[in-house]
Amino acid sequence: MIGMSIVKRKPLPPWVMLIIPVAAVFVTLLITAIPILIAGGNVFKAYGALFHGALGSRFNLLETFVKASPLILTGLAVAFAFRAKFWNIGAEGQLFAGAIIASWVGIYFTWLPSFLVLPVMIIFGFLGGGLWATIPAFLKTKLKVDDVVTTLLLNYVILHIMGALLFGPMQMPGSAWPRSASIMDAAFYPMLIARSRFHLGIIISFAAVLVIWFINSKTVFGYQSKGVGINLNAAKFGGINTNMVILKTAIISGGLAGLAGVGEVAAIHHHLMMDVSPGYGYTGIVIAMLGNLHPIGVALAAFFFSVISVGAQTMSRVAGIPIYIVGIIEGVSLMTMLIFILLTEYKIRWTKS
Amino acid sequence: MEGRILEKQPVIEMRGVTKRFVDVIANDKVDLKLFPNEVVALLGENGAGKTTLMNVLFGYYNLDGGEMLINGESVTFNSPKDAINHGIAMIHQHFTLVQTQTVLENVMIGMEGSFFPDYNKAKEKLLAIEKEFGFHLDPDAIVWTLSIGEQQKLEILKALYRGAKILIMDEPTAVLAPTETIELFETLRNLVKKGHSIIFISHHLQEVMDICDRVVVLRTGKRVAEAKVSETTIPELASLMVGRELLERLDRGKSKTGKTILEAKNLKVKNNRGVTAVDDLSFVLKEGEVLGVAGVSGNGQTELSEMLFGELNPEEGEIFISGKRVPGGSPSAVVKEGMARIPEDRIKTGLFMDLSVKENMILESHVNEPISKNGLINMKEIRSFADNCINSFSVKTDGMDIPVKSLSGGNLQKVILARELVGNPKLVVACQPTRGLDVGAMEYVHQAMLDQKSSGSGVLLISDDLDEIFLLSDRIIVMYEGKVMGEVSAEEASRDKIGLWMSGVIS
Repeated sequence: MIGMSIVKRKPLPPWVMLIIPVAAVFVTLLITAIPILIAGGNVFKAYGALFHGALGSRFNLLETFVKASPLILTGLAVAFAFRAKFWNIGAEGQLFAGAIIASWVGIYFTWLPSFLVLPVMIIFGFLGGGLWATIPAFLKTKLKVDDVVTTLLLNYVILHIMGALLFGPMQMPGSAWPRSASIMDAAFYPMLIARSRFHLGIIISFAAVLVIWFINSKTVFGYQSKGVGINLNAAKFGGINTNMVILKTAIISGGLAGLAGVGEVAAIHHHLMMDVSPGYGYTGIVIAMLGNLHPIGVALAAFFFSVISVGAQTMSRVAGIPIYIVGIIEGVSLMTMLIFILLTEYKIRWTKS
Repeated sequence: MEGRILEKQPVIEMRGVTKRFVDVIANDKVDLKLFPNEVVALLGENGAGKTTLMNVLFGYYNLDGGEMLINGESVTFNSPKDAINHGIAMIHQHFTLVQTQTVLENVMIGMEGSFFPDYNKAKEKLLAIEKEFGFHLDPDAIVWTLSIGEQQKLEILKALYRGAKILIMDEPTAVLAPTETIELFETLRNLVKKGHSIIFISHHLQEVMDICDRVVVLRTGKRVAEAKVSETTIPELASLMVGRELLERLDRGKSKTGKTILEAKNLKVKNNRGVTAVDDLSFVLKEGEVLGVAGVSGNGQTELSEMLFGELNPEEGEIFISGKRVPGGSPSAVVKEGMARIPEDRIKTGLFMDLSVKENMILESHVNEPISKNGLINMKEIRSFADNCINSFSVKTDGMDIPVKSLSGGNLQKVILARELVGNPKLVVACQPTRGLDVGAMEYVHQAMLDQKSSGSGVLLISDDLDEIFLLSDRIIVMYEGKVMGEVSAEEASRDKIGLWMSGVIS
């Protein structure tokens, strides 16, 4: 009989940590070849179509960036919170909060000089998501309420608030559907590349990656929030105001998710509606884990997810694979990554007896 | 002893056991014998190879050389399961209990037998074992309600329930209060009487003398000595362990006391179970002296240190540093007034185990210039600060960028010492600063405290190690049930008097 035991291993050199996501993606594609074969597809043809569909033409590549933008922001939101062990499962709700505020500004702030509309909308959207995230942060620090539960459940609260607004005060006059009026033209994210949807929000998301990387590695706050995540007691002992750190972390995390909501309204839909997000906030959790909570890793993971999601359309057409394969790849990639991360700290020892 | 070998067959015999890791030899041709009815001490400093040797014995590691015999039969262990099947059990320092389950359920884990375990039968068996060996644990008690000492007994019960005849105990007393240690020794003596054998890993020399029959000393992976406890002495063992004569008594230096640096006035606080832990406690510490706070652990020392460190807000009373009142419950305020703090629990409160050495060095100074300015950290300054810390306190580490968790216990404490003492503070408060350290590291910590004193700082030393208190203090106060039982100068202090105070008797 063969037995298995898990033992701790010596720390691995840093370069191993860098190739781990790549290896995880590779293994994921190997595993998901199985359902493709079951569906009767040709694996090479399918993956060829997948990557060609996402990266193979100018338009497709730019679409992949468009899709990546909200994923980067929600992924960063989750990663930044998780780093401080603020278990923010509520990026989806914070995205809604950002989208609601952005549409409110975009529809009703017509008195603003037009050059101020975008900055105000972006800042208010950020704050909308950020302040929504302070609710679970307060409950965690003041009342010790579990943040996983509150962040998750508040997603449904804001969803219904949005529903109430869209069937009520924000509903487009004359419409029977839960949608708002369109935002003003000045509130549209400008398109930066002709004949594409490559918009301002994509630049914002890349800038956010750099800003978060900077905060994490260069600022006192980044040190403190990492410390709070690693050992709350030691952080308190060291004189860090841990409640304040958690609160600020929540605002930044929620704010990033809020920006994703702003982008969906200002660049994609141009009005508020119930399905403003196809679950970007939840996918952000997977992306944060896949990116090992590092901002650059998050950007790469978001891009990978975007490639799969955009390319799957082509794959489905060319290789006849159902588009649901996207969900399988996403799920398998998360599990593969988690196992790989585990294997960086532990190794499996097989024993014969 | 040679005669004994001829009489009896050892239950365990390790012959020339060698264990290599990539670049170090952790065990170099080590011989070890364990006979029935005896307690053998495995003595050595941190990193001497004690734990590796025991991990080899318990099947965690494979041998690189030598052989192991159990009851005279050559064996190869591939996993702890093999060791357990041969009647060996290891009691780890950190318990492996399910806190929310009962004593019985914990004992039964992995031994349920079937999908529907027979609790009544198991309980009978457990009670029979308890009766035989003199345990008094309620099988239905929930584990988290038990004291640490009781939880350790439960670990031993678990081993006995599995039929273990040989117990490996990895520094079992490190987590215990003195009274619990006495009870543990009582239990161990009972076990040995009934035919069990015990390997006792420790670097606490007095305990080795108290409980063990024979002692094997390891140093840098080699077996350097073996002796009957009755034929050796503590100083001899100590010098074997560290490879040099210990300073019998450190030069305490003349005490030239200056201004009052720390004053506690009528401090009172409850512990987390709502019981008054510190009660109307006052003391004064002057510059240039070491004030020792003695007492059996659990008499409010932890809470006192937490109040002084700013972690705990006193319900009543005040703390003054250099005559200035510091607000309660604010670590940053205390740090700002210049208190160097050596916390009781290095790992839980003192360090970020997953962060690098340099990041741990700046725990308190990261908000100050030049480490940071306008909210931005200055990596160059951090590196030079950490470099200075590592050099001044000879911290053994592969650079400042590796996680601090890869350092040994003594070096972890040096990281804290370096961080706290490198700026020559006027006030040092240390709580159990040498708990769990080997003799070499202990001596280093002691010398660091005395250096602080001779440079004019006031040092408050809270410790339940009476030797340490006597070794370092100029004045001693004794805490009992949160109160000061008495105060005495080092010259007038006697162990008898302090001992009486520690047990709550006013002489």
